[in-house]
Amino acid sequence: MTWGYFFKRVGLFFVVVLTAMTVNFIIAHSVPGDPIGGVISQMTSRGGAVENADEIIASYRQRFGLDQPILIQYVVYVWNTLQFDLGTSIIYFPQSVTGSIVAALPWTIGLLLVATVIAFSCGSVIGAMLAWSGTPRLARALAPLLMIFSSIPYYLLALILLYVFAVWPNWFPLGGGYSSGTVIGFNPASLLDLAYHAVLPALSIVLAGLGFWALGMRGAMINVLGEDYLTLAEGEGLSRRRIFLAYGMRNAMLPQVTNLALSLGTIASGSVLVEVAFGYPGIGFLLYDALRASDYFMIQGICFVLVLTVALAVLVLDLIYPLIDPRIAHR
Amino acid sequence: MSEPLLKVRDLTVSYLIKGERGRAADNVSFDLHAGERLGIVGESGSGKSTLALALMRLHKPPARIEAGSAVLDGTDLLTLEGEALRRFRWSQISMIPQGAMNSLNPVMRIGVLMADPIRAHEKGWSGDRIRARVAETLESVGLNRSVADLYPHELSGGMKQRVCIALAIILKPKLIVADEPTSALDVVVQRKVIETLKDVQKQIGAGLIMIGHDMGLMAQSVDRLAVMYAGRLVENAPIRRFFRDPLHPYSQLLISSLPSPDEVREMKGIPGAQPSLFKLPSGCAFHPRCPAVQPRCKVEEPLSRSITAERDVACHLVSPETADV
Amino acid sequence: MSTATPITRPRGHAVLRGLAELGSNVKLTSGLVLVLSLVALAVIGPLLVDTEMARPISAPTNRPPSPDYLLGTDGGGRDLLAVIIASTPQTLRLGLLAGLIGTVGGTFLGLVAGFFGGWLDRIISTATDVVLTIPPLAILLIVAASVRSVSVEMMAFIIAALAWMHPARSIRAQVLSLRERAYVEIARISGMGDLRIALFEVLPNLLPLIMSSFVAAVSGAILAALGLEALGFGPQDTPTLGMTVYWSLLYGAFGRNMWWWWAPPIVILAILFIGLFLISVGLDEAVNPRLRRQA
Repeated sequence: MTWGYFFKRVGLFFVVVLTAMTVNFIIAHSVPGDPIGGVISQMTSRGGAVENADEIIASYRQRFGLDQPILIQYVVYVWNTLQFDLGTSIIYFPQSVTGSIVAALPWTIGLLLVATVIAFSCGSVIGAMLAWSGTPRLARALAPLLMIFSSIPYYLLALILLYVFAVWPNWFPLGGGYSSGTVIGFNPASLLDLAYHAVLPALSIVLAGLGFWALGMRGAMINVLGEDYLTLAEGEGLSRRRIFLAYGMRNAMLPQVTNLALSLGTIASGSVLVEVAFGYPGIGFLLYDALRASDYFMIQGICFVLVLTVALAVLVLDLIYPLIDPRIAHR
Repeated sequence: MSEPLLKVRDLTVSYLIKGERGRAADNVSFDLHAGERLGIVGESGSGKSTLALALMRLHKPPARIEAGSAVLDGTDLLTLEGEALRRFRWSQISMIPQGAMNSLNPVMRIGVLMADPIRAHEKGWSGDRIRARVAETLESVGLNRSVADLYPHELSGGMKQRVCIALAIILKPKLIVADEPTSALDVVVQRKVIETLKDVQKQIGAGLIMIGHDMGLMAQSVDRLAVMYAGRLVENAPIRRFFRDPLHPYSQLLISSLPSPDEVREMKGIPGAQPSLFKLPSGCAFHPRCPAVQPRCKVEEPLSRSITAERDVACHLVSPETADV
Repeated sequence: MSTATPITRPRGHAVLRGLAELGSNVKLTSGLVLVLSLVALAVIGPLLVDTEMARPISAPTNRPPSPDYLLGTDGGGRDLLAVIIASTPQTLRLGLLAGLIGTVGGTFLGLVAGFFGGWLDRIISTATDVVLTIPPLAILLIVAASVRSVSVEMMAFIIAALAWMHPARSIRAQVLSLRERAYVEIARISGMGDLRIALFEVLPNLLPLIMSSFVAAVSGAILAALGLEALGFGPQDTPTLGMTVYWSLLYGAFGRNMWWWWAPPIVILAILFIGLFLISVGLDEAVNPRLRRQA
C-alpha cells in the first residue's frame, strides 16, 4: 500500500483517540464544580461515607493539577492518559484503574475475539450460500430464522439463553468466568472449566451476530452476482465452485470487511452488556461494578480503553484491507 | 460452398414480463462458415445483444429461448446442459463482452484470469505450459507479456478490451461472438482493436459474429452483414453487395443516413422510432416507418427469402424476380 | 452487456407504484403488524389500565399473576401489567424521537457531503468515520455517569447524537451515485440552482433509503437506550422496559423464578426489535428488487 494510505489510517486512529479523550474531558468538566468533589459528594449521598476522602481529593488535585487553568488541566490529562496513567479507583483506593483493566481485559478480548471470528466467518459463508443458486432450497429456508435471531440485541439474547440453558435446566453455570476455587492455569481441567463458563456468553454473541453477517454477505453476494465479470466467468465454462469462491465470495468479502470495521464499535458495546448479564469477569463487568459504585475514574478509564481497543482493531482492519482489494493498494 | 460451421435455424428468444411477451429474436436464421466474419447490426432495442447472449446460453430470466436450433459443428448448443454445456463453453464458442471495464474480475491478476479457462478445460497442463500460453496469447493481441502481472484497474480501456480478446481466443475456439467490442472506446483505439481482432481470428481460423450498431466500422471489418429490426433478421448479404445495393427499405435508409465525406447533402435520419418489442405493429414490423409501404405490409409478416444464393431479404417488395441483382 | 437505457425521471408515480408493491411484501407487512400492534398497546393500553398502579407500592409485592394482577407484581409493589402499559409508550417515544433527530441530521449531512463534495465532504466524512469508530456505549456511559439523573427526552437527545453516522454514510453514498444520473445533469444544464436540485430532484429519490435509515435509526436508538438501562442508567421516575428488566435482575428475579417480572418486557422488546428489523429488510427488498429473488 502507499505511504499516503498508511498515514491516513494511522492519523485517523490518533484523531479518534484524541477525540475520545477530549470528549471525556469536556463532559467531565462541564459538570459544575470540582469533578472529584462532586463525585465524592455523589457517592456519599448514595449512602455510606467514603474512606480516605481527603487523601483521594488531595492526591488528585496534585496529579491532575486541578487548581491550574483548564488548558493546563487538559494537557496534563492527555499526557497522563497517553502514559496509561488513568488514575486510581475511588472505591478500591489505591488500586490503580490501569491495573484493574489489565486484569480484566484478557477475558473480554478472548471472548470477543473468538465469538466474533466464529460469527463473522460462519455468517459470511452462510450468507454467500444463501445467495447462490446452487444451494439447496431447504438450506435457504433457514434464512428467515437467522434473520430473526440477528435482530434481537445481544443483551436480550444473553438473558434468554441464560434462562433457557442455565436457570431452568441447570446445564450451564449461572455466570462467572470460572468456578470458585479453581486455579487458572494452562492445564486441561482449568481450560475446560474456562470454556464451560464461556459457552453461553460466546453463544449469545455468535447467535446475535451470525444473522447480521449472513444478511450482509447475502446482499453483497447478490450484487456481485449481477456483475458482468461473473457472467463472463460463467460463459467461460469455469467450475461452479471456482466461480463461487474466486469470482463471487472473493469480491463480496470487500464490503463485508468494511462492514466489520464499521460494526466493531457496536459489537464491543453489545458484548459489554453480555458480560454484565453473565457476570463474566471482563471489562464489561468491571464497568458495571464501577457504574453502580460511581467509581468515576474507573468508568472513565474503562471507556477510554474500550475506545482505544476498537480504534486499534479498526486500524488493523484498515491496514489489512488493501491486501484483499488491489484497487485500494494502488491509491 | 463448404459446409457451414454454424447453422442457426428459427431461433426465437422472448422476454416474458408480467404476462407480456416481447420477441427479442424472432425466427432468426443464418449460416456462418469457418473463418467468416458476420456482422449483425441494428438499433438499440433490436434484440441483437439478446441474440448474442442466447448463443452463449448466458441469457437470464425473463429471457427464454422458445424455439430454434444453433448447430455448431454438429452439436446443437441450445440443447446442451450441465457438464456438457460447461465443457463446450469457451473451448468451442467464446465471447467478447460489451463492457470490458466490468468484465474482468477486479481482484485477480490478468495472468490468473486468463489461466482460469485453461485450467477449467485442459486438465494436466503444467503451470509453465499455462503461463506460456497466456504469454503468447497476450502477445498475439499486441500486449506485452508483463501485462499478466497487472490488475484490471491498472490497464487502459483499449488494453482491457484486448485482454478480453485474448481471453476469448485462449482456447482457440471455433466461434467467437463479439458483442459491440469497441463501443466504449474512442475512435483511434477502436480501429486498432478491430484490426487485432481480425488478425487473431484469422490466425486461429475461427468464425466471428460481430454485433454492433456502427455501420462504418462494420463496413471495414466483416465479410457479411445481417440487419436486425425489432427482433427479425430483415437482410443478410455480403458486405460489398450490401453497401452497393441494399434491398430492404430499412437497409436503404440506414445507408443513406450515413454521412459521406465527398457528398455534400442534407443529413437524413430515419423518421419514427423502433417499436417496443412488446408492442410490435401488425404485419411487417417496419411498415409504420417504411417509405415504400404497401397495404399488404400492414397485414402480412414478410418471411425471409433467398434472393440469390448469398442474399436473404424479408420484405414483400423484394423477390428474386424483381430484385436487380 | 446492456444497450442504452432511456433517461427516466422517477417522480411522483414512483411513490404510488411503490406503495402498491409494498403491500405484497411479506416481510414488510409482518414487521408493520408487529410494530403497529405495540403502538396500539401503547396508545390504547393506558385507556384500559390504570397506569398509576405502575408506581411503587401501589400493590402487594412479589405476587405471581392472578385475576387481580394479570402480570403479577414486582419487588417494589408495582402492578406489572400497568408497568408494561406505561413503559411501552416511553420506549417507543424515545426510539422515535432519537431516530427522527438522528435520521434528519444524518440525511442532511449526507446530502451536503455527497452533493457538494470538496472540503465540505472531507470534513463531514472524516467526522463520521471518527465518531463511528467510537463505541456508542462508551460515550453514553460517560455522559450518564456525569449527569445526575436523566429524563427520557435527554436520553433521546444524547442517543440521537450518536445515531446520525449510519444515515449520513449511506445517504452520502447514494447521493454520489445519483449525482451522475442524467436527470440531474439536465437540471443543472437548464440552470436550476444547486440547492433546488438537491431538494427537488435528488431528495425524492432518496426517500426509500431515508425511510430505511429511519427504521434502522429507531431500532439503534432503542438498542442504545436498552444498553444504558441495562446498566441502570435510565430514567429513575418514569418506567421504561429496559429499566424494568434492570430492576428485576437487581432484585434477583431470575434466581427466584419470578418470570412474570422480567419475561414480559423482554418479550415486548424482542417483538419490537424483530418488527423493526422486518420492516427494515422489507424496505430494502422493496427498493432493490434483486434481493427478493430468494426467500
